[in-house]
Amino acid sequence: MSVEAVATDEAAQLVGAPSIRSRQWLVLLKATLRQTRGKIGLTLTTVIVGFALLGPLFAPHNPNAFVAVPNLAPGGHLLFGADALGRDVWSRFLHGGWTVLSMSLAATLIGVGLGLVVGLSAAYLGGWADEVLMRIADVFMAFPQIVLALLLVTAFGPKVYLIILCVGISHAPRVARVIRGAAQQVVERDFIKAAEAVGEPRRRVIFGELLPNVISPLLVEFGLRLTYSIGLIAGINFLGLGLQPPQADWGLMIQENRLSLTVQPMGVLLPIIAIALLTIGTNLLTDAFARAAIGIDRGGD
Amino acid sequence: MAVADPANEAVAIRNLRIDLVSSGEDIVDQIVLDVRAGEVMGLVGESGSGKTTVGMALLGYTRPGGKVVGGDVVIDGRSLNALREGDLRRLRGGTVSYIPQDPGTALNPALRIGRQLSEMLEAHSPGMSEKEREARVREACEEVALPPPGVDIEEFLARYTHQLSGGQQQRVAIAMAFANRPHVIVCDEPTTGLDVTTQARVLATIRELCQVHGVAALYVSHDLAVVADLADHVAVMYAGRIVERGPRDAIFSHPRHPYTRRLLRAVPDLQGKRAVVGIPGRAPLPGHRPTGCFFTPRCELAIDRCSEEFPSPTAFEDGTHLVCCYRADEAPRQIAVVENGSPAAPAGDVVLAVSHVDASYGSHQILHDVDFEVRRNQVVALVGESGSGKTTTARCVAGLHRQYTGAISLDGAKLPEAARRRSAEARKRIQYVFQNPYSSLNPRRTIGQTIARQLHLFPPPGGSTRANIGAKVGECLERVALSADAASRYPDQLSGGERQRVAIARALAAEPALLVCDEITSALDVSVQAAIVELLRELREKTGLSMLFITHNLALIRTIADKVIVMTEGKIVEAGDTIDVFTQPKAEYTQRLLANTPTVEAALSH
Amino acid sequence: MTRFLIRRILLGILILLLVSIVVFAATQGLPGNAARAILGRQATPARLAALTKQLHLNESAPAQYWHWLSGIVRGHLGTSAATQGSVSSLISAPLANSAFLVFISAIIAVPLSISLGVLMAVKRDKLTDHGLSTGTLLLAALPEFVIGIGLALLLATAYVWRALPSVSIIPPGEHAWDVPKVVVLPALTLILAVTPYISRIMRASMVEVLHSDYVTMARLKGLPNRTVIWRHAVPNAIVPAIQVSALQLAYMAGGIVVVEYVFSYNGIGTQLVNAVTNRDVPTVQALVMIIGAVYVLVNLLADLLTIVVTPRLRTAGR
Repeated sequence: MSVEAVATDEAAQLVGAPSIRSRQWLVLLKATLRQTRGKIGLTLTTVIVGFALLGPLFAPHNPNAFVAVPNLAPGGHLLFGADALGRDVWSRFLHGGWTVLSMSLAATLIGVGLGLVVGLSAAYLGGWADEVLMRIADVFMAFPQIVLALLLVTAFGPKVYLIILCVGISHAPRVARVIRGAAQQVVERDFIKAAEAVGEPRRRVIFGELLPNVISPLLVEFGLRLTYSIGLIAGINFLGLGLQPPQADWGLMIQENRLSLTVQPMGVLLPIIAIALLTIGTNLLTDAFARAAIGIDRGGD
Repeated sequence: MAVADPANEAVAIRNLRIDLVSSGEDIVDQIVLDVRAGEVMGLVGESGSGKTTVGMALLGYTRPGGKVVGGDVVIDGRSLNALREGDLRRLRGGTVSYIPQDPGTALNPALRIGRQLSEMLEAHSPGMSEKEREARVREACEEVALPPPGVDIEEFLARYTHQLSGGQQQRVAIAMAFANRPHVIVCDEPTTGLDVTTQARVLATIRELCQVHGVAALYVSHDLAVVADLADHVAVMYAGRIVERGPRDAIFSHPRHPYTRRLLRAVPDLQGKRAVVGIPGRAPLPGHRPTGCFFTPRCELAIDRCSEEFPSPTAFEDGTHLVCCYRADEAPRQIAVVENGSPAAPAGDVVLAVSHVDASYGSHQILHDVDFEVRRNQVVALVGESGSGKTTTARCVAGLHRQYTGAISLDGAKLPEAARRRSAEARKRIQYVFQNPYSSLNPRRTIGQTIARQLHLFPPPGGSTRANIGAKVGECLERVALSADAASRYPDQLSGGERQRVAIARALAAEPALLVCDEITSALDVSVQAAIVELLRELREKTGLSMLFITHNLALIRTIADKVIVMTEGKIVEAGDTIDVFTQPKAEYTQRLLANTPTVEAALSH
Repeated sequence: MTRFLIRRILLGILILLLVSIVVFAATQGLPGNAARAILGRQATPARLAALTKQLHLNESAPAQYWHWLSGIVRGHLGTSAATQGSVSSLISAPLANSAFLVFISAIIAVPLSISLGVLMAVKRDKLTDHGLSTGTLLLAALPEFVIGIGLALLLATAYVWRALPSVSIIPPGEHAWDVPKVVVLPALTLILAVTPYISRIMRASMVEVLHSDYVTMARLKGLPNRTVIWRHAVPNAIVPAIQVSALQLAYMAGGIVVVEYVFSYNGIGTQLVNAVTNRDVPTVQALVMIIGAVYVLVNLLADLLTIVVTPRLRTAGR
């Protein structure tokens, strides 16, 4: 059974008004976007995601076509000049966001999903199960995230699915710790004991009682991990250990053009600025959401 | 150091108003209060009444988010408004001291006790030599009977907060407060977390030190019995206003404000002569207060004028008894004491039998040979101080604590230890209500969802069809005197008392034979506690429900229980009919417990 | 406390052991011919045979692991598949350079971020706090290669101000501390990368402590403001900052991979990228084990420090 299916409460449709539940989310969303940082974050994220998704439609040239002399200066017939190999920087930039974005999103989903299940189980089961799960998490935490990725690349070569999996797995123990911490506070509360006293099945207690109470930290964690994923994936591509040439990709573009930084900075500058704005955008949005969630939880007490 | 002239007020609060900075709504307003040297002024109120805000204002301090916007506090003839930050700092801890509610959190966990005491002297008597300071710290400790016998003073001062008992921590806080020989002391519910025995000793210490040093004390508390015992004068606060103030005897023997009268009726009576009656409704929060008198919506004597203008104080008796009520003349006649009702119907067969239960946490044994039974239509109270094992006993009964030997039987059949192993029928017949209603309801579910889930697990007659359960949810809420539209609310939209009613409604939805109530009123105000107790009594009369009622509050038992079981250190020391245990306690422990429990009636008689 | 210490050290060793299993399993314990995976399709049979022998690939996986682990424990890190020289001699100089870089960065970043955190908390909701909070939030979002390249553009190119070398070349035979100029940009990048985390945690922890009953009590005792902050609040707020500093220090060990690569700084990060590119398995194994050991060690030290500053823990055994 999927997480959603378990979490959906039959009782919810019976009485109470489901509209209030969805209204709670609306309130949260509004409170997020009422803040300046929320607005800026959303704008930045939307703009950069827009470039990444729609960019290929507007690219004037084939990103892999050699259309000018290497390191052609900006202006002239190429808006941002040519890269170190004589390809159109602007076209490569418009094509190069999709990979970073999709790989980051996939890695984040894997990491947060895995971390959620491990974190909730560890918090609820406690005892030796908690101990074992957290020690395994410790082992994976001993590798800085990028080092874990490099380790696997050594064995399997630079494969896209591997990079995604690696980054995802390297997020999981960190997410698990946060979710476990949040869930432990919930587990101590009496409504969990009340559910046990009336004999609710374990799975139902975890996904029906516990999960809805850690949704806010979970979403914050998702935002944070997405921000880090973008940096990590772009970083691995920048090191030349992820996507391989001639793929148009922001990380790879920096790698290809960094030696001609002093001659033609656009090949580095465009992707660097895009990555910076994107991570700042997602981070601002996450921070605004976290503030909104804390504000609403506090106001409710 | 000179004692202030007793004719002069050591503390004079003049029309004080403190606002929330964010919204400009007042937390407290129109506060007028005088305390003379050598006198204890009791400031009484329920949670949210603003009593702590007033208490801290005496130190020129408002908690973050609050701001003094009107009136003045005058200490020893000096207006605090006129003081600058440096002078205020010298005032705090020097002229005016503070004894906190919970010394466990108010003492610094990272600093040694000796350091925390001596820095009080360093800050206020910079001229003192190291030697003098040391001597003064020892003296301050002696005054509060520290260190405990057999402990060296040096070693004691080198300890950290967590190495002291709750009573010792409070003594340290008191020693700290008296270290600089202040003229004024603010006590902020200093005995709330303590057991009655420790509470009695701490109160005696405070009273003695105030008398010896001629200190003017403001004693802030929600506990009417403690205030009746300690105070010379009393002021009653409701929703940010002082509604009545005067000499202790006037307030407790001839209260005139309807709120004071109803509040006193809500206090459980250890003698068991009067019935406990709650106050319906809840106190309005800042920003939600009505025009006119704030008590109007809950007041049975309210007239049109009450909702037009806040009544100014009227003087009674010799002019010292001030009441803010238009109907203060009639109130004593209209709101009278209610005599205790008739005894309940006789008990039936045994529902729950706990026989020879030994329980432990890990290798640490908590319960020793606990043995008792609960019959149909019977309320059995399990009473004891913290650590007595009463909650562990309740958890064993509910199947929430599995590590025990011995037998717990329901209707003659032995139950498995864990709730999960028990039959659905057994889980249905024993229902548990938790202490803290803020924690026992899932905040992400509406009240309706919470109760509907219970009905799904234990289907009511008519089956678990959508329509039937929808109707039953309404019925369950009605049974606990909540309106049906509460079903669409989330727990955080309800008051503490309403939440506890929901928790009871959830338990009742299963149609149980036995209700286990674990300190269910200890997180609630006394007026709300009384209303919950009323509800339980009604339920029992109507349905013949059996209850296991766990509490540390002796007076409450007198109001509700047929039988009492007294526990200490995991053992039962006394068990019997409520009247017998209260009138002729046999165990020495029970006698001590009864003697140390403060009551309004006892306080007034001496 | 001694018992706790022993328990903690044993746990550290256990984690290191498990780390070694993961490293081994990921690099050569996998099914299939690891030698071919490492050398690629064009490998000559002779090269394949040599590597197979060198890594004991013809033996069972546990035997291979045992050979490898016992070698590491005795300090034999193996022979580099790329240079055919010993791994130890290959990485010793870069290791010293990286240690110097991390040390310099940490010794600046940790006190700096703790002070910033205290400052933000004390000036909460004032302009100082808003400015610093926003600044650290933005900085925390940036990947370290973005910070590094950004700094290089600002401080090492003619576009703005050419104050520093854009590549950190350390002449052969010399160490990083002989040419301090080349350390500035990589160190600055690392400092900017970790400071936001530590200072934000310190701020959060400090804000919570400033709201505590004991800080209110200290104010009501009439203590001077700096005594309230530095004696009553900071010692209680420092523990989360210690823990996150440890994580950030361990993270630096990973962060140097990218930062060193950006500046071509000859440290273990650059070595690791080279080794991965060349599929030099023994070197990768050794370097990853060293980074794992740093993590375990730093966390152990952080736990010790936490006990030292927390009386409740320090006196637990009594």
